[in-house]
Amino acid sequence: MTYVSKILTSTALGLTLAMSPVLAIAETPDNMLVIANRIDDITTLDPAESFEFAGSDVSRNVYGRLVNFDPLNLDAGYKPDLAASWTVSDDGKTITFTMRDGVKFHSGNPVSAEDAEFSLRRAVILNKTPSFILTQFGFTADNVATTIVANGNTLSITTDKRYATSFVLNCLTAVIGGIVDKKTVMANEVDGDMGNSWLKTNSAGSGAYKVVSWKPNDSVTLQSNPDFYQGAPAMKRVIVRHVQESATQRLLLEKGDIDVARNLNPEDVAGISGKDGIAVDSELRGRLMYMAFNQKHPELSKPKVRLALKYLPDYKGMQDSFLKGQYTIHQAFLPRTYLGAIDDKPFSLDVAKAKALMAEAGVSGFEIEVGVREAQERIEIAQSLQNSFAQVGVKLNITVGTAKQILTRYRARELDMYLGAWGPDYPDPQTNAGTFAFNPDNSDEKKATGLLAYRNAWDPGAMNQAVEAAVIEGDRDKRAKMYQDMQRQHQMESPFGVMFQKIEQTGRRANVKNLNLGGAITSVSYWPVTK
Amino acid sequence: MTDSTNKEIGRQPSPYFGYLTKALGTLGSIATTMLGLLFITFVIGRVMPIDPIIAVLGERASKEAYDAMYIEMGLDKPVIIQFLNYIWDVVRGDFGMSLLNARPVVDDIIRVFPATLELATIGTMIGVVLGVPLGVVAAVNRGTWIDQIARVIALVGYSMPIFWLGLVGLLVFYGILGWVGGPGRIGIFYVDLVPTVTGLILVDSIIDGQWDVFWDAVSHIILPASLLGYYSLAYISRMTRSFMLEQMGAEYIITARVKGMSEWAVIWRHAFANIKVPLITVIALSYANLLEGSVLTEIIFAWPGIGSYITTALLSADMNAVLGGTVVVGLLFVCLNIFSDLLYKFFDPRAK
Amino acid sequence: MNSAPETKGSARQLEAWLLSNTPTSRRHARLGSLYKGWLKLKSNKLAMLGLFILIALVVIAILAPIISPADPFEQNLGNRLKPLGTEGHFLGTDSLGRDLLSRLIYGSQITLYIVALVALIAPVAGLFVGTMAGYLGGWADVVLMRVTDIFLAFPRLVLALAFVAALGAGIENAVIAISLTAWPPYARIARAETLTIRNSDYISAVKLQGAGGLRIIVKHIWPLCISSLIVRVTLDMAGIILAAAGLGFLGLGAQPPSPEWGAMVSEGRKFILDHWWVATVPGLAIFTVSLGFNLLGDGLRDVLDPKDSGDE
Repeated sequence: MTYVSKILTSTALGLTLAMSPVLAIAETPDNMLVIANRIDDITTLDPAESFEFAGSDVSRNVYGRLVNFDPLNLDAGYKPDLAASWTVSDDGKTITFTMRDGVKFHSGNPVSAEDAEFSLRRAVILNKTPSFILTQFGFTADNVATTIVANGNTLSITTDKRYATSFVLNCLTAVIGGIVDKKTVMANEVDGDMGNSWLKTNSAGSGAYKVVSWKPNDSVTLQSNPDFYQGAPAMKRVIVRHVQESATQRLLLEKGDIDVARNLNPEDVAGISGKDGIAVDSELRGRLMYMAFNQKHPELSKPKVRLALKYLPDYKGMQDSFLKGQYTIHQAFLPRTYLGAIDDKPFSLDVAKAKALMAEAGVSGFEIEVGVREAQERIEIAQSLQNSFAQVGVKLNITVGTAKQILTRYRARELDMYLGAWGPDYPDPQTNAGTFAFNPDNSDEKKATGLLAYRNAWDPGAMNQAVEAAVIEGDRDKRAKMYQDMQRQHQMESPFGVMFQKIEQTGRRANVKNLNLGGAITSVSYWPVTK
Repeated sequence: MTDSTNKEIGRQPSPYFGYLTKALGTLGSIATTMLGLLFITFVIGRVMPIDPIIAVLGERASKEAYDAMYIEMGLDKPVIIQFLNYIWDVVRGDFGMSLLNARPVVDDIIRVFPATLELATIGTMIGVVLGVPLGVVAAVNRGTWIDQIARVIALVGYSMPIFWLGLVGLLVFYGILGWVGGPGRIGIFYVDLVPTVTGLILVDSIIDGQWDVFWDAVSHIILPASLLGYYSLAYISRMTRSFMLEQMGAEYIITARVKGMSEWAVIWRHAFANIKVPLITVIALSYANLLEGSVLTEIIFAWPGIGSYITTALLSADMNAVLGGTVVVGLLFVCLNIFSDLLYKFFDPRAK
Repeated sequence: MNSAPETKGSARQLEAWLLSNTPTSRRHARLGSLYKGWLKLKSNKLAMLGLFILIALVVIAILAPIISPADPFEQNLGNRLKPLGTEGHFLGTDSLGRDLLSRLIYGSQITLYIVALVALIAPVAGLFVGTMAGYLGGWADVVLMRVTDIFLAFPRLVLALAFVAALGAGIENAVIAISLTAWPPYARIARAETLTIRNSDYISAVKLQGAGGLRIIVKHIWPLCISSLIVRVTLDMAGIILAAAGLGFLGLGAQPPSPEWGAMVSEGRKFILDHWWVATVPGLAIFTVSLGFNLLGDGLRDVLDPKDSGDE
């Protein structure tokens, strides 16, 4: 049987040869930043349309805005960016920006007031999903010709009412405030789309980076802008690669294949902590984890029942186990660091109290369905809730689905209960107040599906007026007080149980410095990064 | 073609006409199969409890934006009209735009398909190179411990949950030993270094003469391809063994042995020569299975292939992408089947 | 066999009766050949190992409430991700501090449930379509077989995924989805069998007696197709288990907190680097059961189809 051994040896040899090129452990080049992140939520790069986390990360580095945050001093609030300064009219309705001189787009065209006018008008006219951030100030496609106007090197915007100036400017720091290169964009217009389909996959900004390529579910590659007005970034190339699994991100980081891993779970963070050449940063973000109860459900609509359910999550147990280091207990609808945020934590696991409240409501037990997105920590929270709800006779059936499946049903008011996260759209308290505590018309026909209160069929009653009043309050302290009161009432009465606020833990190679993720108010900045 | 010639042929069928009708029949059956495939996929897309508009616009979509998109996507028209419109586009080679990333689905498929092709090809190569000899050896040593070992190797391959083996393989060979590259087709530094010609990184890097890229790609593909290869090895070795057994019992083999021919010559020159055709059929089928069946492997290894493309699209209600991907995979599957059928008929005297 | 063998003597008698070379009735002959098949199967050690695995699975599933050391759903956040061999948790605990061994034991029930349901639905559907096509012939045949081809051309997992995505995740829907992808081969087998039987004298005789089409299919053709389908089902079981686990792994099968093995692998993969056992243990369970079916199926094929057999 010599031929047998011959065959076996030759194949075995072949296998060994194929396996042999062992990779040398490499480091990424000094002028290149390689990041592993989940970027499958990017659907477009057009700032008038982009609205998801990973898309905002790209946008912040590609497009300058009129006002913006300094990544090295986020607490200072908004600062001049493409606008060098601004003045507010006496009636408080018109803000006039003076544009910064000498800033150029990536194309070489100068950034002018005309570009700013075009960008804001364009966002209003295109009327894509995030357009409400601008249109809430009364801008419409019909009136932008008079409300958003460039004059020389100034741009004036006029709102329909007097709003707190900070509210307006905070909104302009959002992705939708990105200033695009009018000439380049209009040169790529198709069928009057104002360049929308071109900008989905290309960029025309003035920021620190320009987009080289975006491969959906795969990677985003950015190239530095050597003429960036704040100075050429140290990192010539930034590659953000989609890596779904935490374990994979960790292995890549440990092997030096990447510089930054952004989606490590607590176990993997624990696993890399203290390893040579690796550091872990924690940054408080704006995302809240909450549960919400549909008011169409006969039992859940009873105030005492929904209050009872807020005493059932094992807040501390979860925070200290599978959420360790990545979520901190927070029970009000404004994230910490926001104007008017409160740190009250009235709820903790208290089965006896929950039982008593249920008894007062005359409810002994019922069965409800909770919709959860297929993300590890959410499924675990759901199972933990399932466990503790069962102790008061509430049977929780978990339905896990993709984000889109669950959201479809949530928006259609079909879920009894929702467990998920909410991230603020712009760094002003109105962003959350206007959705958690505002729903002026609760009828099914209204289809105000953008509002969380609506999705849970909840009529906030007098809180609607409180929200509207707070938006136009010019005095900062008074405004903060209004939000604080609102949240305390909201905690006890609303069908929302805010549970945690997100802390983003980032694993990085120790030589990577000055990487700021944007805190609770904005997105990541690559330009200050050095190695 | 006039009436009279038609009749003429009807009476005395020319062999060419026979081939022609057969070819037309085959094309017809491909077309109906594809149409059915599209129809089922289309219906699934319509009953899917995901709102495609939310898939496009995101969860904060206002009612106005929603209504505008509803009409833009043609959802206000009856389903059957939507279907016919879609078919008309497909016939013209337009698979529509991906709802999620606003790119032509055709571009996406051109991007992702080579990844799957590369993986399935290497996997099948491994399966053939190891599986055929294993099957032959098992058949020759039928009933002995060698045969039993070959059987266990194959059955273990059949029984392995590939998603689990992939996880453990990554943990051991990448995580602990560091022998192979991690998930993905290529290391991050090498992304975009090689100009795309065929889309197959292994081929493109050779064309470009970038051997470090080539070796990096090899280190990434070797593990997932080996897993798929193991699966295909299991199938190929079992089939080879069974074909060989059939031949080994045949009279001419006995005659050859009686003539004093060496065992090596009997096995390889005679028995094996006779099983080549059915073997190719089996290999084609196994190849087709790998092309369409590597969804889980692609997911575990973050392999940007067509399996994970369809799956991702499906779960986010990007039905244009799902339809496009399914058409390509289905067409390929049907064609490989027909190819192996033809091959069989052409070469195998018994089938004639 | 109206008197059960009670003593060794009568057992020997029974064996002699079964192995008799001159069967006295059709039933006698059938039982005799079954017994011979069993003897042959028994001599195949690998097949016996497979059988043993499957019997063990059934026993574990039935006795789950008795033998499992803890409640498979009981959480203990303070005692999570404990390693193998922890006191009180032989196989360790998962991310919510649940006992892995107990979850594994209860998971066997789900596995059996899925396999049993699919093994009932898919062959019956295939049998129905295949015999109809084969018996009716003509257009019905063309249409039915075309439909079968369409389903065959579909990427299997994608089809299953699509149906689960459309119907909603859950065990029952996973079963339907898997059945949907599994029936076409059965239809083909049933059709082929029907074609060989259709024109036999036996069927002609039944027809002459005035039996209707449906009656012939159900009473006379189905019974003749069933044996070949059963072999095929046994061989497919492992594939069904793997498909179900794959769906569970993708989060489309059993929903939490159900201890379905595929879902357990999926949960555990998040901790694979530091807590490898959480994903590895249920993966091994899937592998073992699937191997059990394959070993038994392979042995059965040897018995029923001598062409492929290994040892003689």
